[in-house]
Amino acid sequence: MRYIDEFRDGALAQRLAERIAAEVRPGRTYRFMEFCGGHTHALSRYGIAELLPPGIRMIHGPGCPVCVLPIGRIDQAIGLALERGALLATYGDVMRVPASGGLSLMRAKARGADIRMVYSAADALALAQANPSREVVFLAIGFETTTPPTALVIRRAAREGVANFSVLCCHVLTPSAITHILESAEVRAYGTVPIDGFVGPAHVSIVIGAGPYEHFAEEYRKPVVIAGFEPLDVMQAILMLVRQVNEGRAQVENEFARAVTRDGNLAAQAAVSEVFELRPAFEWRGLGEVPYSALRIRRAFAAFDAERRFGLAYAPVPDHKGCECGAILRGVKTPVDCRLFDTVCTPESPMGSCMVSTEGACAAHYSYGRFRDARLQGPAT
Amino acid sequence: MKHDYVRPLDLRTGRIDMNHGAGGRASAQLVEQLFARAFDNEALRQGNDGALVDVPPGHRLVIATDAHVISPLFFPGGDIGSLAVHGTVNDVAMLGATPLYLAASFILEEGLALAELKRIVDSMAAASRAAGVPVVTGDTKVVEQGKGDGVFISTTGVGAVPAGRTIGGALARPGDAVLLSGTLGEHGVAVLSQRESLSFETSIVSDSAALHGLVASLLAAVPEGAVHVLRDPTRGGVATTLNEIARQSGVGMTLHEAAIPVRREVEGACELLGLDPLYVANEGKLVAIVAAAHAEAALAALRAHPLGRDAARIGEVTDDPHRFVQMATRFGGRRMVDWLSGEQLPRIC
Repeated sequence: MRYIDEFRDGALAQRLAERIAAEVRPGRTYRFMEFCGGHTHALSRYGIAELLPPGIRMIHGPGCPVCVLPIGRIDQAIGLALERGALLATYGDVMRVPASGGLSLMRAKARGADIRMVYSAADALALAQANPSREVVFLAIGFETTTPPTALVIRRAAREGVANFSVLCCHVLTPSAITHILESAEVRAYGTVPIDGFVGPAHVSIVIGAGPYEHFAEEYRKPVVIAGFEPLDVMQAILMLVRQVNEGRAQVENEFARAVTRDGNLAAQAAVSEVFELRPAFEWRGLGEVPYSALRIRRAFAAFDAERRFGLAYAPVPDHKGCECGAILRGVKTPVDCRLFDTVCTPESPMGSCMVSTEGACAAHYSYGRFRDARLQGPAT
Repeated sequence: MKHDYVRPLDLRTGRIDMNHGAGGRASAQLVEQLFARAFDNEALRQGNDGALVDVPPGHRLVIATDAHVISPLFFPGGDIGSLAVHGTVNDVAMLGATPLYLAASFILEEGLALAELKRIVDSMAAASRAAGVPVVTGDTKVVEQGKGDGVFISTTGVGAVPAGRTIGGALARPGDAVLLSGTLGEHGVAVLSQRESLSFETSIVSDSAALHGLVASLLAAVPEGAVHVLRDPTRGGVATTLNEIARQSGVGMTLHEAAIPVRREVEGACELLGLDPLYVANEGKLVAIVAAAHAEAALAALRAHPLGRDAARIGEVTDDPHRFVQMATRFGGRRMVDWLSGEQLPRIC
């Protein structure tokens, strides 16, 4: 068992595809939202769309941490690095997210800001310890998956008395985002985004468990199948969703049972609640202000909170006028509905955040699925 | 009268200082005692500003140049010195030429340990001798501390190609076979494993190698004109190389994921780091686009050579005005293989 090929087995995929095709009701459309960027990426990278019958539509959700980070937060980080002389550490994909004034972290770096790419929160703390005369700020982003490591380094920094380390906390919460989508006018009132069920998060669910989704299944009558990020996981989850819809069930089912339990990782949850508390509101790119959807650092760890340490105020910045990232993140539009897609907005010069990470709906479609549009449009010139 | 005594270069504990780049005695001493000694050959011994060399009759010259800024300087399977030889020799070989000479310039950073520089120069000299391509002329400059990264090496290669042989990126034709000379991604992953910021333990070593011998075997096995394109997939990996060729030739390609050889360790490391081996750099692999009728003979020739043991036929050239490189996934779906976007792995060559 190598845990790679087993979950990418083409023969099994064909069998699953046949099962799904056999079980979908003729004439019925099944619209499933995959919340996570990891699933969006798997769907595109393995070409799963081609294996699914035409009645199944996958709607890309907002679960790409880089995509939902609003311009105002990147601006804060750039300000710290360019104007306050801080050494800013962050995860790689964040480097290219467009910010105000034509800047991004990568462009700020070219203007002299000291910005380093790290693979883990612990590396950011190590940078602080190696550069005691510098203010080192970790721009912490991500859903519940990346939150526990941030909590652990803040705890460690406190324990070891690291005086030059702080965190610009942009951690966001999955359940609040799902609620926000389900409560949105498009889903509830206009019916422009009919959602028949959710492919539930993989890694997030390892941390928070399957329990938090029970509310959606009951309250909103939407089936949720938690699925791993491997292509077979995604196909199996789609089959399970089709069955729930056919049988009129709306339950939380766990396809990713090899990693996800009902209660999740309790030690991680304890570390997170020790260090973080809910923010009353947080701006998401595309979703706007979402109440109680993000975390901030508790007062007990105030010394490590970059917002307090540098007296940062948050100023929201509107997205580019033509950019449809907002509608795409809510599932209202698809990348090809955006006028900027594949014209002025490409992975090389992204205008919107969905074009940055390959987990973003636009970048995934651009990098892996663009040839399908060409078939419809005819030859290029 | 006193002898013209100069204390020899301290190769054990000495360091490069600004004097070594000033053009005076210290510069001359560095060149004589380190570079000239290591690279020693007839053209270099002429001691002129340039090298006077012969051109084989009936041939055209191929010139290629390549700058090397890799960090770290030493990595499993090589170092910046051997890489500077292989990289340029391969660029010359990809036009079907026999590499003949190298020119090298070194940008040294003040403070670089002479012992490190000697290791690099010795390794470069060994690679040049093994490849049979001498370094016939060179230059050194020194920059202040903080303005370089130990050493940057720029090499220029000169090779000869028989008149009438044309191999180039614009010559792929629909129906041609796409061959790959071996497993993907070893160089990029080996270098990455040594990075301070994410060092991890692995047994993967760089594939850095001079490929002109492999090219010669390949070209000898098929009729002249059967090999349309040769290219070494370095930065940006095979995905980017194939997209370059598709654009230059105005064609599309279809790859078969199941046929693309990737070592298990590389696959595992890429999974862990979120990389796609198709985009990871190689320094000892080539892509050959060959007329379909001769594809099997070409593949057999590659496989018969030690550097092409794992060669595979990974796809075919298609007629596609969009110039898309597509891939039939092992999973049974289909997707595009796009250009590399952004900087996935900086400073790997």
